[in-house]
Amino acid sequence: MTAVPHDQSVPAVLEMEEIDPDSGLSGPILQVRDLRVQFPIEDTMVTAVDGVTFDVDANETLGIVGESGSGKSVTSMAILGLLPTTAQVNGSILFRGRELIGLKEKELQPLRGRRIAMVFQDALAALNPVHRVGAQIAESIKVHAHDISKTDLRARVVELLDVVGIPDPAARADQFPHEFSGGMRQRAMIAMSIANEPDLLIADEPTTALDVTIQAQVLEVLERIQDRTSSSIMLITHDLGVVAGVADRVLVMYAGRVCEVADVESVFYEPRHPYTQGLLGSLPRLDARSDDRLARIVGQPPSLIALPAGCAFHPRCPHALVPGRCSQEQPQLRLLGDGQQAACHRAEEIEAKPLEAAE
Amino acid sequence: MTTLGPHDRSGPATVQGSGFGHGAEAGGAEIDNELAAELEGVPLASTEPPARSQWELFRRRFFHHRLAAVGLGLLVLLYVAVFTASLWVPQNPRAQDVLAGTSAPSAEHWFGTDQLGRDFFARVIYAGQISLKIGLAVAMISTAVGTITGSLAGYFGRWIDQLLMRLTDLFLIVPGIAVLAIALKKFGSADTVIILVLAASFWMQVARVVRGQVLAVKEKEFIEAARAAGASNTRIITRHVLPNCIGPIVVNATLAVAGAIVAESTLSFLGFGVQKPQTSWGNLLFDAKSNLQFDEHLLYFPGLFILLTVLCVNFVGDGLRDALDPQSRR
Repeated sequence: MTAVPHDQSVPAVLEMEEIDPDSGLSGPILQVRDLRVQFPIEDTMVTAVDGVTFDVDANETLGIVGESGSGKSVTSMAILGLLPTTAQVNGSILFRGRELIGLKEKELQPLRGRRIAMVFQDALAALNPVHRVGAQIAESIKVHAHDISKTDLRARVVELLDVVGIPDPAARADQFPHEFSGGMRQRAMIAMSIANEPDLLIADEPTTALDVTIQAQVLEVLERIQDRTSSSIMLITHDLGVVAGVADRVLVMYAGRVCEVADVESVFYEPRHPYTQGLLGSLPRLDARSDDRLARIVGQPPSLIALPAGCAFHPRCPHALVPGRCSQEQPQLRLLGDGQQAACHRAEEIEAKPLEAAE
Repeated sequence: MTTLGPHDRSGPATVQGSGFGHGAEAGGAEIDNELAAELEGVPLASTEPPARSQWELFRRRFFHHRLAAVGLGLLVLLYVAVFTASLWVPQNPRAQDVLAGTSAPSAEHWFGTDQLGRDFFARVIYAGQISLKIGLAVAMISTAVGTITGSLAGYFGRWIDQLLMRLTDLFLIVPGIAVLAIALKKFGSADTVIILVLAASFWMQVARVVRGQVLAVKEKEFIEAARAAGASNTRIITRHVLPNCIGPIVVNATLAVAGAIVAESTLSFLGFGVQKPQTSWGNLLFDAKSNLQFDEHLLYFPGLFILLTVLCVNFVGDGLRDALDPQSRR
């Protein structure tokens, strides 16, 4: 749906706002270094995220891919400081050069929703059922701009709803979340999260609860917003199709660790890590014969309480040397030419024979 | 698409209603995916004008609840009647006619007269001033205290929860009436003392109910979303948590009104509550007990008023609970 031009006296709210002079414009917006998140479970500590390192550059979309429990959501929660207080977070998260780990609630609050915003997976659950959609969007603006006038606020809410492609935004703003359809709720969520023009938008499975048509529309809205506000997006998903469509770079996670980072073409055409290869091999392809069976990754993802020694993926890996390096030594993420990084001992050896070998 | 200003609420609403209607009927295959997506799941929104004011919706839902509407009407009538008694009740509630003594209800004395020949209708109406005042004040104070305690305990958890809930337990385990009686003997039985003492014995239920609700609500994703949007704890509690607990809070508040009126009656009946020359419905009951065999009407009328008030308040509570839920579709 096309954005409707508003010729009312709406303040030009969606302009790029001035950037802090000390914000380190040139470098990446977000630098995560050796992030480690542990939760106490009974007597032991469970490591949900282990040594995760990555950057998000300005105006970039980074796709974070992994199955349930691979630590992708925990990573995003750690960035916003939203983990429960029992979680132990180590490592470093630099946002525009500022360390986020160890910041107090009071120091994080001005950042949340203002500089780093989040789009949640289940928009129905993430919208408060007792407030009108417009009021909730207004709320997310008011949290950070206390002195905004009612008229400006209202105008801005309507414009935001319009930007995310909600028809008749003025009337829709007065409805409750349960009166919205699934796709519209997700758009309203996005409108809330971009209300303050954040530098970084973390979208945690924004399309998982939606059907494919609506998925495409929501992703299109995300892209349009990125063009308009030059924000960076961290797109967390388990859907490789979504990543292929919108991400610039991809980070693949398995059992709390990063197994591959590369730009989106490299990941799809030359996956280096056997897990990535397995994921791609398990995608249905239009050019495959209909009686071909889909490749699969044998076994189950490991329990975080009892991770296998060595490479966490080795029990399921068709290339693993067992017993040998793969079952004894944890592989580190390393550079494999043209910016592609993978954490696999045998990355060079298996490079030549990607998908077929995974069966 | 509409060019109406954002503040014109009715305008866009009707545009939307008819526009969507046409699309669905005539458009058929023409509807593009997006419009179809918008249509799906929102039929109600497009058939009825959606942009009502909060107050309008609330009122509509409330008055849809017949008993609540009747209850509210009676209650308002009762409060107005009781507190304007000096303007319209011809008899003086203190004027005695000792020689006449007790008499049954008659045209002259609607509710009869009591042992001292006082007009019992006037007595009951004036006594309502105390009872209704105590009921309302106790409900407000205990609801406020209970809501604050319960929401702090539930939201922050850990030692704050432990501290506040053990305090609540402490108040709960003491035998209410006995402590109330002692407290009233000690501090005197002025209205404010009675109100505070009763409130002190009514806030615990509210606190527990609110705590339970808050525990459930604070795990909802929209709370996390609010945190992710940078909202402070105060804002999250007041804007996001408590509005989602309003139903039980309101119901408990109405129960407290009823409970306080009954408790005050009990205390007064036992002789610890409102002291003469002031009278409450409880006092009237107390006075009636001496000659129950002959003058039953002295028991029935105050009892009837207590019953009526409590019932009305509870119906209003029901109506409020329904009306405050934005998802109710009535």
